[in-house]
Amino acid sequence: MAPMLDFNRELRRSYALVERNFNLIKRYLGWEVVFMVYTVVNTLTIAFIGLSPDGSGQDRVLYLVVGALLWGFLSVLFHEVAESVQWERWEGTIEYSFMAPMRRFTYLGGVCLFAAAYGAIRTVIVMCAVVGIFDLDLGSANLLAGLIVLLLSSLSFIGVGLMAATLPLMSPEKGSQAAHILEAAILLVSGVYYDVSVLPVWMQRLSKISPATYTLRAARAALLDGASLFDIRSDLLVLLATGAILIPLGLLVFNQGELYAMRTGKLKRSG
Amino acid sequence: MQSALECCDARKVFYVKRERKSTSMLTRLFAKVIPKYEPVEAVDRLTFHVKPGEIFGILGPNGSGKSTLIRLISTLLLPDAGCITVFGHDVVKERYQVRKLINRVSVDAAFFKGLSAMENLSYAARLYGLEGGAWQTTATDILCRLGLESDKLHEPLEDLSRGMQQKIAVARALLTRPLLLLLDEPTTGLDPVSKRDVQDFVLEERERRGTTVVLTTHDMQEADRLCDRIAVIDHGKFVALDTPEGLKSLISTNGESVTLEEVFFSLTGKTLRSSGRCENGNAV
Repeated sequence: MAPMLDFNRELRRSYALVERNFNLIKRYLGWEVVFMVYTVVNTLTIAFIGLSPDGSGQDRVLYLVVGALLWGFLSVLFHEVAESVQWERWEGTIEYSFMAPMRRFTYLGGVCLFAAAYGAIRTVIVMCAVVGIFDLDLGSANLLAGLIVLLLSSLSFIGVGLMAATLPLMSPEKGSQAAHILEAAILLVSGVYYDVSVLPVWMQRLSKISPATYTLRAARAALLDGASLFDIRSDLLVLLATGAILIPLGLLVFNQGELYAMRTGKLKRSG
Repeated sequence: MQSALECCDARKVFYVKRERKSTSMLTRLFAKVIPKYEPVEAVDRLTFHVKPGEIFGILGPNGSGKSTLIRLISTLLLPDAGCITVFGHDVVKERYQVRKLINRVSVDAAFFKGLSAMENLSYAARLYGLEGGAWQTTATDILCRLGLESDKLHEPLEDLSRGMQQKIAVARALLTRPLLLLLDEPTTGLDPVSKRDVQDFVLEERERRGTTVVLTTHDMQEADRLCDRIAVIDHGKFVALDTPEGLKSLISTNGESVTLEEVFFSLTGKTLRSSGRCENGNAV
């Protein structure tokens, strides 16, 4: 009973981060709408690339849309987790949040909960806009398999995000920049808008270590070809294993990063 | 009786980048690639204790180590040597326990400025695991006692004055009923009325709950009014520690009355001179 009570208490504390971030969205709603419109327009622009003048090319459109939607979700997830420390530093609240009697696992759990909820809401809005414009045929799509791919890939991206969140703790000036470079590198090598086989050989090697590569391949197989969970089992296993390794590793790295910041005085706002 | 705060030989050294004294291009390039770091003793083997219910003041010039000491006590920094305990709990080994017992108000009101006071307080209440809506009553009561109008509680903090923000910071710290309250220059930049409101409140809280307070300040009158004992810190070391009256008697000759300001200038005169002020406190 006690562990369940502990879990409930920690979950309620995690909600502090979720509530705070949604309050911030409400406060800056105007900007949120602007970013949303930009994302919708950007996704539509990418989708139109696949369309031929005679109206054919629906498969290409779907290929690009799946890439854009998945990347939209995963990049928000990565970005929100990776930028959590830097965001608190900009606001000047990092010391206050880190001084609270809250387990770091709970704090980061709250960050991840918000990131997943926020990413999902944004993705659904973009998806609705795309479906409204294009006559996409999802009749043969295995939506359940697609959802499971998304859930498993979230674990890996949370793990990578946790490690990237450590960078601003190590270097207040350059840590956040490094996280953006990492995000850009994942976008380049993972085949978001093209097949990884078109990449130079050295980039193809890098694509093998990006969890997004397996996510996109499995999601496209499920949504475009109607592949079953059994058909995409190898990619699912890779994503599951990557998540199972990267999340504990991310927490460990974050913990070590925080200790380093506490030793060197880098928690404070000015660094 | 157990001390509220026990600091034993605590030490903290930072390594700061130093310019290499050379004009040659090669040396400058070398300095960019491999910068030179020099150790600075921010807190230099401090030993003291604070009794439960005591208001303990720390006076010192800028950069003397006041805020570093507060950060060490509040578990935001790890000491390089020595031991600090809060009500018997070690700040390194029992961080989680210590965090339950303390709260801190820093010189800059650390808030999400786009959120309202109530939204910021709600965040704090959840972080500290305060249940239900009881915290709202407590917060409103504290803010009312601090003289903050209730219609301001739902406005974004960026639209409120610094004095109001600092009062909300005090309310946030007291919302969690800390046994040890760390006040790091809480009234810096406040107008005289707001300053007096915060000072009165600190005294009231000590009376009501027996809260132990560690206060760093530049304001000598504030230290004189609030503190039971005062430590004067310079270059990370305590150069004096006594009651306000005891400190005054250190430099008083023939029983003449002296102010705490005169004591401070006398004890840290070297630092004041080097920072562009002469010993009587006038700018040079």
